[in-house]
Amino acid sequence: MSEWESVIGLEVHVQLKTRSKIFSGAATAFGAPPNTQACAVDLALPGVLPVLNAEAVRMAIVFGLAVEGEIAERCRFDRKSYFYPDLPKGYQISQLDEPIVAGGHLDVETEDGSTKRIHLTRAHLEEDAGKSLHEDYDGKTGIDLNRAGTPLLEVVSEPELASPEEAGSYFRTLHTLVRTLGICDGNLNEGSMRCDANVSVRRRGATDLGERTEIKNLNSFRFLGKALAFEIERQIDVLESGGRIERQTLLYDAERDETRPMRGKELSDDYRYFPDPDLLPVVVTPSMLDQARATIPELPAAKRRRYVEELGLTDYDARWLTVDPDTAGYFDAAAAASGQPKAAANWVMGDVAAAVSREEAGWTEIAVPAAQLGKLIERIEDGSISGKIAKSLFKTLWDDGGEVDALIESQGLKQVSDSDEIGAIVRQVIDANPAQVEQVRAGKTRVLGFLVGQAMKASGGKANPRRVSELLQEALSADGS
Amino acid sequence: MEADLIDKLMRLAALRLEARERELLKDNLSKIVHLIDTMQSADTDGVEPLDHPLDGVQPLRPDHVTEVVDRNRFQEVAPEVRDGLYLVPRVVE
Amino acid sequence: MTFPRFATIAEMRSALASKTISAVELAREHLDRIAASDLNSFVTVCEDDAVATAREADGHIGRHGQSGLVGVPVAHKDVFCTAGVRTTCASRMLAGFVPPYDATVVARFRDSGAIMLGKTNMDEFAMGSSNENSHFGSVSNPWDVTRVPGGSSGGSAAAVAAGLVPAATATDTGGSIRQPAAFCGISGLKPTYGRVSRYGMVAFASSLDQGGPMARSAEDLRLLLQHMEGHDPLDSTSADIGPTPREADRVGLRIGVVREYGRDLDARLAATVDEAAAVFERLGHERVEISLPHTTYATAAYYVVASAEASTNLSRYDGVRYGHRAESPNDLDDLYARSRSEGFGAEVKRRILTGTYALSIGYYDAYYRKAQRLRRLIRQDFLDAFRSVEAILAPATPSTAFEKGALLAPDETKDPTVMYEQDVYTVPASLAGLPALSIPCGIIDGLPVGMQLIGPHFGEDRLLALAESFQQETDWHQRTPPR
Repeated sequence: MSEWESVIGLEVHVQLKTRSKIFSGAATAFGAPPNTQACAVDLALPGVLPVLNAEAVRMAIVFGLAVEGEIAERCRFDRKSYFYPDLPKGYQISQLDEPIVAGGHLDVETEDGSTKRIHLTRAHLEEDAGKSLHEDYDGKTGIDLNRAGTPLLEVVSEPELASPEEAGSYFRTLHTLVRTLGICDGNLNEGSMRCDANVSVRRRGATDLGERTEIKNLNSFRFLGKALAFEIERQIDVLESGGRIERQTLLYDAERDETRPMRGKELSDDYRYFPDPDLLPVVVTPSMLDQARATIPELPAAKRRRYVEELGLTDYDARWLTVDPDTAGYFDAAAAASGQPKAAANWVMGDVAAAVSREEAGWTEIAVPAAQLGKLIERIEDGSISGKIAKSLFKTLWDDGGEVDALIESQGLKQVSDSDEIGAIVRQVIDANPAQVEQVRAGKTRVLGFLVGQAMKASGGKANPRRVSELLQEALSADGS
Repeated sequence: MEADLIDKLMRLAALRLEARERELLKDNLSKIVHLIDTMQSADTDGVEPLDHPLDGVQPLRPDHVTEVVDRNRFQEVAPEVRDGLYLVPRVVE
Repeated sequence: MTFPRFATIAEMRSALASKTISAVELAREHLDRIAASDLNSFVTVCEDDAVATAREADGHIGRHGQSGLVGVPVAHKDVFCTAGVRTTCASRMLAGFVPPYDATVVARFRDSGAIMLGKTNMDEFAMGSSNENSHFGSVSNPWDVTRVPGGSSGGSAAAVAAGLVPAATATDTGGSIRQPAAFCGISGLKPTYGRVSRYGMVAFASSLDQGGPMARSAEDLRLLLQHMEGHDPLDSTSADIGPTPREADRVGLRIGVVREYGRDLDARLAATVDEAAAVFERLGHERVEISLPHTTYATAAYYVVASAEASTNLSRYDGVRYGHRAESPNDLDDLYARSRSEGFGAEVKRRILTGTYALSIGYYDAYYRKAQRLRRLIRQDFLDAFRSVEAILAPATPSTAFEKGALLAPDETKDPTVMYEQDVYTVPASLAGLPALSIPCGIIDGLPVGMQLIGPHFGEDRLLALAESFQQETDWHQRTPPR
């Protein structure tokens, strides 16, 4: 065990999934041509004014309720001043002293499988900046302000994360939560969640925090872990060689896998925060709280508990299914439609997941509606079709669509359980394979499987395999006596 | 007013002044500070700062896309653009 | 034909209605006057557009008769954005800026049929009390061209006073409507903060800025206010209340005279305001002495709050998306520093730096927060006073129009705070967000004197009614500058 321990706090910028921007009526869609979604307000033309988007406020409230934080009855927006070309007004509208959400917590899983409660300091609303494009325009930088004014909820944790793994677990838990709440699309590669990490190390057992550094813009689970691991190692090296940690802001260079000091002017030693006089105090009324509360779906932790306790799933399966809210949503629908949660779980984690990954589809665009998967499971359980037929039928449903019962009917897939029909096939198989029949009779029961397979083949896969096996054994023992 | 304070204010405000202009400014600012320092004799203990003259509440806008952006029109007044981007001297992160 | 140079809007409307004059003729005549004027009150004149809109107005009058402001020539202070017409704020920074949108006030005037003749000169970014801080040069006071018209709405005030337009829009942050109205012998109204939309009005100090009308009578102010006011969903601070009502005239109102305002006032100005109070007494009102004990801190608190807000409002001028950009900058810092230092004039820089100082670490509590605490006390003074009076009568300015260069030297060697003291009677109402108007109440040495009437929040109706009754009783508002 190392004699050092690390202390990590995360600030995650969650892009809220509103249609329009936080202070203007411009669209927020990702990927539009440069500056085609930056209106007069976003460009900070002279004389324009901000008006707050109700949906951004609702989403912040939903988040605050979900993490059991305190929703401020009154909160305020402040101006944070610094010059940077992607910040058109020369100040960012943010919340300093009076955030919309104070406190709250997230329960995250640690490396040993136990759960640790991480407390949140606050969550506040602010506007995003634009983007600087550093491709070479005659040695100049290009500025795209489409993202300027996109609503962000900055979620700040207490410095309670003890390792890069815990930090990663926290980030993932938050990712699942905001997607479950429907307040963020969670597309990390589009920058929908961006993380700044505060890191310090101290001798194990020490109570004071060491001097910290801040690593900016960690936009993937992997980079977060790698950057933290590198930075913790670096700090320990510095301290062990008798040096001191300098408080600074760092960038993680993924290519070189190292952190280095940031040089941009985005940093200031004095942001001159003060209440934005263009905006009035935001008042959260009881009815706003009630409305927000009514839109909160079942949260991941509760869902996982329900899967285990009520549906009888294993903890592993329950966790697997609840990492992604769309997966859980699909599972819930299939489980309800089939009345067979365990079978539904196996299908979702098996054939459905395989198809999703093969087709690179999202869980919201699964070609087989959950109701059809439910019906498919129902038909296996009631003996209408065999598991094997079901697998090929699933592929048909995925590729060509259709309705389970109609396809079973039109393609003649219905499983044969009728004793006379199967009995006839069994007779044919016994007659056609005398050598194998002899082996079975001689006690080589493994060969029975071969005969079952032959019978299944002869039935075109439609015979009920259990019935085939029963009748075969019956016939062989009868013949032999 | 100290010279390094003036320097800091100019840096924060992104202003740069020639030596003479700067001297005058220093003198002017000292007079302004003298004026605003008259506030210090007022007793404001326990008084809540007033951010707005009216006790209003922030109105909330429905989440509708209302702005159709005509980029060309906005960029007619821009000093330097290329491929729809505003250009600035190279930024180092 | 020539139309009476100093006609009111009311008189113009009836001439238009009776077709004594067409809107095109009226516009042309005023455009001619503007062209012949050497006051430098206009930054931009929109001759072709004005004549074209006037032609439409004539069509409208022919079909439906005259209503609203149809056919009435107006000018906008160059702080209001006008779609397709450059809007400079009298700054080099915006000398070439053509907004793609109208300010709400401009759009409302356009919708009500007013004919915009042009954009008026002002102190740069509305910072100043003499209109000498203009990239386009100072404006002359029509009563004496060696004197200033006041500021920051000096162009609008001079234009109305000289008969170049019957009315103009203006803005008031700490007195920028009331002080130039007083210096130029016209009527000006700063409405309650929130009464008139600030959308498209280039911001100086967001919690203080308020647009309002300038005209030659209180009656005209009332009409103009109707076409400016009203809730605007684009301005979060715009008040969601109905239009200014028109209540029956009342007598027996208590009119407060502020003890603290009399202390250092020039005796002849004091006598003029005293005489105005006597007029109100003759009209059946009562004079009541009141106290606004925190008055002495108002100027300091105002300069802190206004400068703090301005320092950030003016951060958007960085030479990237619009506005002045320095030639071949070496790097980003150079682009910012040179574009801004070249684009802004001295007073604007002083305010930006003052505001930056007041908000910076270590000074925030002592300046910005302190000023906002005083602001509450100053507002409370007024709220207390309005429990015992219905309106307050006050001087508008500490002096009549002063000589150009008297308070501001071209080489910036004068103490800027002497100019700031010009606002001593106007900033308290600004900090409190109260409506206040300034109307002429006397002449001293050939120069007009103005007085203020200050009312409770959204009490414009009573102020206008008092001003109208005063103007029925006196003729100060009909005095015109010597030709």
